[in-house]
Amino acid sequence: MLTPDVVIAVAIGYVGLLFLIAYVSDRQARNHKAAFLRSPFIYTLAISVYCTSWTFYGAVGSAARNGLEYLAIYLGPTLVFIGWWFVLRRLVRISHKQRITSIADLLSARFGKSSRLAVLITVIAVIGIAPYIALQLKAVTSSLQAIAGVGEFPGRTLRGIDEVGLALAVAAGMALFTILFGTRNVDAKEQHHGVVAAIAFEAIVKLAALLAIGIFVIYAGGGLEAIFSRAEAAGIDIYSTGNFDDRWVAMNVLSAAAILCLPRQFQITVVENSNENHLRTAGWAFPAYLLLMSLFTLPIALFGLTSMPAGANPDMFVLTLPLSAGQEGLALFSFIGGFSSATSMIIVESIALSIMVSNHIVMPIVLRVTQGHGVASARGVSRLLLNSRRFSIALILLLGFLYFYLTRDSDALAPIGLISFCGVAQFLPAIIAALFWREASLKAATSAVAVGFVVWAWSSFMPSFQSSSPLVAQIMAEGPWGFTWLRPEALFGVEDIDPLVNVVFWSLLLNTATLVVVSLFTSQSALERVQAALFADLFRRPGTGAPAVIRGSATVEDLYFVAERVLGSPRAKALFEGVAGAPPPQFIDRLERELAGSIGAASAHVMLSKVVSGDAVSLEEVFEMAGETRQVIEYSQELERTSAELRSTAQKLEEANTQLRAIDTEKDEFLSQVSHEVRTPMTSIRSFSEILLEEQRLTADERQRFVKTIHQESLRLTKLLDDILGMSALDHGEHGWDNTPIEAERSIDRAIEVCSALARQRRMQLTVGSRAPSAVISGEPDRLCQVLINLVSNAIKYNDAAEPMVEVRSRTGRGRYLIEVADNGPGIPKAERKLIFEKFARGQSGGVTAPAGAGLGLAISRQLIERMNGKLELLPATGQGACFRITLPLL
Amino acid sequence: MAVDVLIAEDEPSILRSLDFILRRAGWSIEAVTDGDAALSAVRRSMPKVLVLDVMLPKRSGFDVLKQIRADDALRQLPVLILTAKGQAQDRRTAEELGADRFVTKPYANAEVVGAVRELMGLAPAVE
Repeated sequence: MLTPDVVIAVAIGYVGLLFLIAYVSDRQARNHKAAFLRSPFIYTLAISVYCTSWTFYGAVGSAARNGLEYLAIYLGPTLVFIGWWFVLRRLVRISHKQRITSIADLLSARFGKSSRLAVLITVIAVIGIAPYIALQLKAVTSSLQAIAGVGEFPGRTLRGIDEVGLALAVAAGMALFTILFGTRNVDAKEQHHGVVAAIAFEAIVKLAALLAIGIFVIYAGGGLEAIFSRAEAAGIDIYSTGNFDDRWVAMNVLSAAAILCLPRQFQITVVENSNENHLRTAGWAFPAYLLLMSLFTLPIALFGLTSMPAGANPDMFVLTLPLSAGQEGLALFSFIGGFSSATSMIIVESIALSIMVSNHIVMPIVLRVTQGHGVASARGVSRLLLNSRRFSIALILLLGFLYFYLTRDSDALAPIGLISFCGVAQFLPAIIAALFWREASLKAATSAVAVGFVVWAWSSFMPSFQSSSPLVAQIMAEGPWGFTWLRPEALFGVEDIDPLVNVVFWSLLLNTATLVVVSLFTSQSALERVQAALFADLFRRPGTGAPAVIRGSATVEDLYFVAERVLGSPRAKALFEGVAGAPPPQFIDRLERELAGSIGAASAHVMLSKVVSGDAVSLEEVFEMAGETRQVIEYSQELERTSAELRSTAQKLEEANTQLRAIDTEKDEFLSQVSHEVRTPMTSIRSFSEILLEEQRLTADERQRFVKTIHQESLRLTKLLDDILGMSALDHGEHGWDNTPIEAERSIDRAIEVCSALARQRRMQLTVGSRAPSAVISGEPDRLCQVLINLVSNAIKYNDAAEPMVEVRSRTGRGRYLIEVADNGPGIPKAERKLIFEKFARGQSGGVTAPAGAGLGLAISRQLIERMNGKLELLPATGQGACFRITLPLL
Repeated sequence: MAVDVLIAEDEPSILRSLDFILRRAGWSIEAVTDGDAALSAVRRSMPKVLVLDVMLPKRSGFDVLKQIRADDALRQLPVLILTAKGQAQDRRTAEELGADRFVTKPYANAEVVGAVRELMGLAPAVE
């Protein structure tokens, strides 16, 4: 048996379940677990908060009363999600960039951060949504009455409580529920992962419940065809196109507007969006959800109309049909589905509205009254925020209840919903202009929204009170003070028009016209232009220095924009870091000094005093002044940059020139050296050949000696040329060099053999020291030999010791092979130690001069050894002779 | 023990050729192979002409010439500069330092003999 106690217990239990889901999800989200919470499907399910108890109960009622008209409520949003995805994407992106928290915040931010516009939007939203909240209260109350109603169950707990009392209890419960739900967190972040998860869960429950009822109806009615055959009996012409008239178009417009403008839709679609790409999924999944929701609406209505007693409320068919068939479980499930629809709507809507009320109305008032005292700490601010939200939630539900109380005689759910739709639709022109029309001005947006709101309040909101107020009823019939053309439902003398079409047409027409005309005839303030540019250039220049929206005192914003223009974005941002609320005098002082550094003290003072004192001179002037200064600074910076570039280019050229000159000098020296080296043997050759040619009185011995000298000098010349060519080849990395594994000791043997003749000639000792038994290295045996001959012969030639000695030794160790050529000669002077491996190093310092032909030897030797991946070095002086070492890697 | 020509040249084969051609021309010859030896030999032997190579060990030919021109006793000594570099800069340096003749290697024997003969003319000729 479904007693009221059972039903209420189940409802409370269900709420407990929602709490659990929200709690767990919040924890998971905070620990960055449960990625599915951030999935596009959770997001899409949450968007279906659009489907409230109006949809759950009222769509069937609407179908029972007006046929296929109800489809408009689903078609509008579908068109928006499929056809206007670019609007949604833009809305989401700009809101992320500007850290937008609500519709009021969005419009205020776009139109010069106007707090007045934010207040207006908030007030309209709260008033406009009141009927919608009332609708939910009404639906929950009616469903409670229907499932455990007073009438049918006399003597149960609900007896004695009338509809109003029940609605008040429901409103109070909902308020408590929402406060617990939406303001649990101490942090004032605007994203609520737990709530979104609970809403998504509720979306599944309400869809499942409606589908269950639908399937039950199809089953009970004997199939789909049988049910549709009842259409005639029900008085609904399902094939009529008469429904698709101007009223139907107006409903489409309203529902399309609502999906963008309803605070709860904005909250879920935009604010709670964690990833722009989720819109892609929602683009098809949300229309699919709507399709499923509307699938059985008409069959349920047809079955209800033909099987229930006449006079039964069609809005409650989804409950009364299973009840009358004795399906209490199904009825309870259906009740939970409707309850889900209502709670999800109330939770999200009142959270969204409370954010607006507390951010744009309560907080500014509190801050003004307390002068910022008591909110100095972050905890103070967040406590204040939470309390103002809680207060706002209670206020919103109270307003909903009041509306319910004043309009309680009206039966149908759907018309109440449409009143709200029409109210929030007044935001649409301003939103579209904010996103796409750069010239739209604050004055235009404010007056347009106000005009639309007045028309709506007059023609849609007020008429809903006609049953409770005789004065309203009189105005409805005769117009105010007898002005019949101002009759709410026949504005400007247009008679015989559907009331809904009347209000939609006139409100949106006048709203849009005001927006366009006022925009064309008013100018934007500097701040508006800045914000308009940020909104308009969203996709063109992604993220170029868009300043974060500074909340709180407008003075900080003004200061920031002045600072930004003068100092540039990065410096201004750094300067303003951590500055919030009313800027302290020290900060203004510091800012003035910063500005003075850029534009001079006088200008900085004038500029700041105008901003700070709110001088009659418009901010715009200051901004223009700052803008001009900024341009001058930019220009001079540009000049500086250019001249710096020129300087660096000149320096580079100079460096290059120096390098070239050094190379040139090197070349000159080389040629000079070569010239000297060549001229020396040439001199002997020429001189002796002239002697041979010209002197007749030469002895055979003299002749023989001179010819021998000529021959020797020719050989020396040849060797010199070979060296020069060889070095050139080495310099240019000539091909034909083959490093092969060789037995290095053999090269030493050959070099000693060649040099021993020279040593004998000089009467000196060429000794062979300790030798490595065997060493295989990678190299060219002839070249290694050549290097060794060069080293040994140099050691022999330059050795002027009394008992000249040259020793060659070799050893291996640590993967390396070492050959050393040591002598007991004069050694290499310190000054020349670094130079000796240079080309033609001989005699540079005017000190010890090597004998002829040694100029290129060491330079070439070093290059040859490097070709074998080894190195040739002169060991540090030990005071006795010189020692050259060749180090080669062992194979 | 005075000599006619002092030759300062470090390259043995060139020294041999100079020695031969100048002796053949009838002059008495003394030879040294570095700059320091050249300076002391000039003071000691009082040659009539000095044939001086530029690129000498220990003390360059230009330096030897500078010392000679700075010495009152030697200032009048005719000097023939021999150089294998033969660049314009060397010739200018030689002239600035007060060289009497400048001969570039490789030279024609007659050029050297002729030059020494002219320098001998500045000093009383023997032949």
